[in-house]
Amino acid sequence: MSQNVVIVGASIGGLRTAEALRNCGYTNHITVIGEEVHAPYNRPPLSKEVLAKEVSHGAVAFPLRPHIDDVTWHLGDAAVSVDLDAQFVTTASGKTFPFDGLVIASGLRPRVLDLPNGNVSGRHTVRTLDDAIALRAELAPGVKVVVAGAGFIGCELAATARQLGCEVTNVAIDSFPMVRPLGDQFAAELQRRHESHGVNFRLKHGIKDVTGSGSISGVILDDDEFLEATVLVEAISSHCNVEWLANTTIDITNGVLADSALRAITTEGNPVQGVHVVGDLARFANPLFDNVPRRIEHWNIPIETGKRVGAVLTAYLAGDENFDALASQAFTPLPSFWSDQYRMKIQGFGMPGLADSYELVDGDISDDLVMAYYRNDELIGVVGIGMTGVMVKYRKQLLGD
Amino acid sequence: MININVDMEKCQHYGQCVYEAPDIFSLNADDKLEFVATADDSRRHDVQSAVDVCPMQAISIVD
Repeated sequence: MSQNVVIVGASIGGLRTAEALRNCGYTNHITVIGEEVHAPYNRPPLSKEVLAKEVSHGAVAFPLRPHIDDVTWHLGDAAVSVDLDAQFVTTASGKTFPFDGLVIASGLRPRVLDLPNGNVSGRHTVRTLDDAIALRAELAPGVKVVVAGAGFIGCELAATARQLGCEVTNVAIDSFPMVRPLGDQFAAELQRRHESHGVNFRLKHGIKDVTGSGSISGVILDDDEFLEATVLVEAISSHCNVEWLANTTIDITNGVLADSALRAITTEGNPVQGVHVVGDLARFANPLFDNVPRRIEHWNIPIETGKRVGAVLTAYLAGDENFDALASQAFTPLPSFWSDQYRMKIQGFGMPGLADSYELVDGDISDDLVMAYYRNDELIGVVGIGMTGVMVKYRKQLLGD
Repeated sequence: MININVDMEKCQHYGQCVYEAPDIFSLNADDKLEFVATADDSRRHDVQSAVDVCPMQAISIVD
């Protein structure tokens, strides 16, 4: 019997799912549908190392392992709708793809500022390879750059632009850069370090508009301060690419709700058999922390969710008698993230953003350090600068080992 | 046997690989990555996991 798995999304989540399906013994057809024309590539370096040097597909492409040689890549054509009853996906070009198993891996796209005079060139986001190529072309010594948003990506972009010799101002509504996951003390220190590298901050401020006709000449803040700029990089937050699921019964409020088998859940609370979610769209409860379903936008989540879906979906399609036992197993990936800013290697595990207290447990706040994060006095996350070796024992503790 | 290569130009010593295959990858006292260049075939699965999780995609298995 010939079966089809259709994976919507050709980034790391889609790739790792395809690999996992093959690793788990699924031998039938796999088609990966991707909106971008590029074969899967590694996004994180696009705001750091690769942006600082030369941006090309070759610099970030994932190697395609031989055991997925027979996967069909349908690239440059986005999925626009799905019929769950008749089991087929339709793409923008009008092609249809029947499936027995469906994997939702369509990811996120950057949210952009809504600005009255926003229709000017010089505005950038960085999600895709093409985005990074376009931004890189504008980053030259002396260029005035405003980065909107002071999360990890905004701060990485600010650091990279600064290293390329640009004059950089970071505008964000937050009180400190990266404050939401890291807390005031750590975040204030990171602000100090960015400032020592010459980044200016306008915190607790939003952007009201841009000036310029044709191309951007400056940015107007909510207190009417004017910042001259020819480049505006927007790294404020993301939209979930779930519009193609809108005509289904799947719960798409904030990503795609999923159970421990990463099956999509309907608005009535029932799993959709054979339809799974991977990557930063998946909103699932992680028993390592609590029973609240959350989306996690961290590096290892597409990898971990892809492996989980590969195993569960293979069992489902094979009619495996152990499917129910496998599907109900707890899914407890430990979120893992890192950020490279100047020569700082920031690395974290767990969910520090959920903490109600934190403590410097190693190192020095002005040097390499390890900060532990607690909720109800229980370790819930750890973030360090350097000190990779020290992080090991906290990671173990988070895993309950 | 499998041969393991780490592109030390790319490697940023995050140590994610150490968690996947601690007998192959380790961080020394200076938190720099060290690794053994060959391993038994039975280690392929864990080494492949290390390849997958490397943020810099610096590790490869050379058959």
